[in-house]
Amino acid sequence: MDEHQLYQETEMVQLLDELGITHVVWVPDSTLGLWEAAFLKSPSLHLVNVCREGEAWAVAAGLMLGGAKPLVIIQCTGLFESGDALRNVLHDYQLPLYALVGYRSYLNSSSLPGDSCLVFTEPVLEAWNVATCFIDSAEKKHLFKEHYLQCQQQQQPGVTLLAEGRA
Amino acid sequence: MSSPRMSTLEILRGLHAARSDEVVITTMSTAREWTELPPHPLDFVYVPSSMGQASALGLGMALSQPTRRIVVCNGDGCTLMNLGSLVSITAAAPKNLVLLVFDNEVYEITGGQGTAAAANRRSDGVSLNYAEIARACGFKQIHVIESYQQWEEQLEQLLTAEGPIFAWLKVAAVPGGAGPRSPGPGPERARSFAAALQAKLPAEGA
Repeated sequence: MDEHQLYQETEMVQLLDELGITHVVWVPDSTLGLWEAAFLKSPSLHLVNVCREGEAWAVAAGLMLGGAKPLVIIQCTGLFESGDALRNVLHDYQLPLYALVGYRSYLNSSSLPGDSCLVFTEPVLEAWNVATCFIDSAEKKHLFKEHYLQCQQQQQPGVTLLAEGRA
Repeated sequence: MSSPRMSTLEILRGLHAARSDEVVITTMSTAREWTELPPHPLDFVYVPSSMGQASALGLGMALSQPTRRIVVCNGDGCTLMNLGSLVSITAAAPKNLVLLVFDNEVYEITGGQGTAAAANRRSDGVSLNYAEIARACGFKQIHVIESYQQWEEQLEQLLTAEGPIFAWLKVAAVPGGAGPRSPGPGPERARSFAAALQAKLPAEGA
C-alpha cells in the first residue's frame, strides 16, 4: 500500500471499464504497478507489456487504427523517453491517444531529493502540445474521466498527469 | 562463396503479387520501394515515422484485428533501434503478425552508413545474426531468406502459418537511394486506412 496512491486498483479498473478502455499499454512504475493484479483479473481489459515507453505509443496507435480503445500508462520518466514516438502518432497522424502519466516525486520526494522530474515534466507536456489534466488530490480524481471524455469528443490527444509519492 | 544479396524491390513485388487482404506496413527503404507499386487500401506506408516503431505499430494492429494478417516490412536499422519490441511481440504472441526484416547492413536513406550490427563496424568482423536474436527474444517461427528461390518457396507459409513469424531477408543496399516520401497527408491516410482495416473481411460477411 502506497500512502500517496490516489486510485486503488479496483477503482481504476472500474473507471477504465466505464470509459470503454479495451487495452492498457504500459510500463509500470512503483505506484502504477500496484494496479497490475487487478488489470490482469479484469475480463474487459487486455494488458499489453512493452519494453520502453516509446513503444507504448506506437502499439496504442496500431490498436486505435484497428478499432480498439487503448490507454497508455507510463511514468513521467517514460514520457521523456517517448518524445519521437508520441510526436509521430499524436501530431504527424493526429491520433487522439490518451495517456495516464505518473508524476514521480510530486507528493513526496524524500527518496529522490531534488528529483528533476519535478522540473521537466510539465514543460515537456506543454512542449508536446498535449492537453493535460493534473490530479494531485483525491478531490480532483473526477477530472480524469471528464478530461478523457472531453478529449475523445474533440478527437484530440490528452494526458492525465497523476501525482505520485516516493519513487 | 555467398550468393549476391536480393533486391528489396523484387522481394516486395512478390509480396505485392501474393497478398490479398493482408495489411502491409512499410517504412524507410521498404516504403520507398513499395510506393513504386500500385497502392492498396490496406497499405500503411509509415512515412513519416518514428524510426523503429513500425514493429510496435504492427503489434497493436495485430492485437486489435486478430483475424487480419499484419505484415511489417522493417529495416535492420529500424529493428536495432527497437529490439525490445521483439520481446513485446512474443510476449503478446499474436498469431497474425509477420515481421520481415530487410537487412542491407546500412542506414540506406541517410547515405549508407553501416549499422552497429554490420560486419565492417564490429571489432570481430562478424555480422550479428538476426535469426538468433529473434530466437532469443522468443520467436518460434523464424525464416532466413537469402535467395529469390527461398523467398518464392516460403512466401505462402509466411502469409498463412501461425505466428508471430520473424523472417530475416538479406537484401542489397541501393547506393544513393532516395529517402521515402509520404504518399499524402498523414491524418487523412490514417483515417482511410483505419476505415479499411476495420471493415469486415469478406469471410465475415458485409
